[in-house]
Amino acid sequence: MKKAKRRSVLVDALSLQDLCRFCEADEAWVIELVEHGVLEPNGASSETWRFRGVNILRAKKARRLNRDLGINIAGIAMVLELLEERDAISRRLAQYEAV
Amino acid sequence: MSLEPRYMEYKDYYKTLGVTRDASPEEIKRAFRKNARKYHPDVNTGPEADAKFKDVNEAYEVLKDPERRAAYDQLGQAPHSDGAQYRPPPDWDSGFQFSGGGADSSGTFSDFFETLFRRGQHPMGGRASGGGSDSHAKIHIEIEDAYAGTTRVLSLRTPVVDQNGSVNLQDRNISVRIPKGVTQGQHIRLSGQGAPSFDAGPSGDLFLEVAFAPHPVYRADGKDLHLDLPIAPWEAALGGHVVMPTPGGKVDLRIPKNARTGQKLRLKGKGLPGAIAGDIYATLKIVNPKVSTEEARKLFEQMAEAMPFDPRAHLGG
Repeated sequence: MKKAKRRSVLVDALSLQDLCRFCEADEAWVIELVEHGVLEPNGASSETWRFRGVNILRAKKARRLNRDLGINIAGIAMVLELLEERDAISRRLAQYEAV
Repeated sequence: MSLEPRYMEYKDYYKTLGVTRDASPEEIKRAFRKNARKYHPDVNTGPEADAKFKDVNEAYEVLKDPERRAAYDQLGQAPHSDGAQYRPPPDWDSGFQFSGGGADSSGTFSDFFETLFRRGQHPMGGRASGGGSDSHAKIHIEIEDAYAGTTRVLSLRTPVVDQNGSVNLQDRNISVRIPKGVTQGQHIRLSGQGAPSFDAGPSGDLFLEVAFAPHPVYRADGKDLHLDLPIAPWEAALGGHVVMPTPGGKVDLRIPKNARTGQKLRLKGKGLPGAIAGDIYATLKIVNPKVSTEEARKLFEQMAEAMPFDPRAHLGG
């Protein structure tokens, strides 16, 4: 038990290679996501890229949408934007619904 | 390899996809695509989407493959009602050769599927050698846990291939430290807790996506929390301080004079903790007391007489 405790770490900043392993994708595909503005890493070149925060979850969702539904990158970019919009609207809507 | 007799829930794959038993491969593909879109867990946030999506994939995994479909059809219909305990007849699959084991699907399907279609194959597909593959799962925590950090014991069911080559599900408990200030959608990595390796290689990692259980008061948005803050009409009119409980402790909140319903007050730094702590946004909601005593009724009558106020003035007419 103690061992597992020490080994649990928050996934914070991932390099391109780490992110590829994390979402089981190849580098070319992830680079294309960056080119489409779906992911916004810090760092000037792909060697020094660091993917943080919401980018990590976005990459995972992108990969699943691609793998499960066969959506291409332009489609993924649009689906993710619409989903984020929808989530923001749901949050606002929750404000107006009686609790 | 003999199939040990066991009972399990019969799965009606045709019903899952909403097609008839004589559906063409094109119809099956079409139904699968439609259902996969509908129930994809990244798109459908409903509580049953995950399970439905898995069912749909499992059904398609069988019905898309002519050999598996033929073998499945030979099993016949569900014995009694749907979901009845089902036991496959002996030698049910004689004469059929299964190719491949659904390599692109990670994780496991139902007992029904695993027993009939994946005996002796590594359920993870994944890497042939070198090490186990990574696993992904979700962990639901309370917002309060994210404030203070906590430790959770997680029950995991992993498929394990034994010496005879058959797949067994093994339950194990692991302890997970949830760091203080974690937000929804962040991941916790547990090294070596993913799928075990085929050979002597290292096990994969387990990634846990953090999700907050629905909270009766707060809605989280990143490190910020939103809530509706009920205030009395006189608190709204006169302003003043109210004490508000938050997951981080009680805070003193100043209500401005003539506060309106829907007005938002920000409590800087009282959201989820971190290098840059989040904020709490309280949306004011004026709540009227229930008038049940003669005294209260008189007070309202006095207000009605003394205060010229038309809340509908802006409606015109």
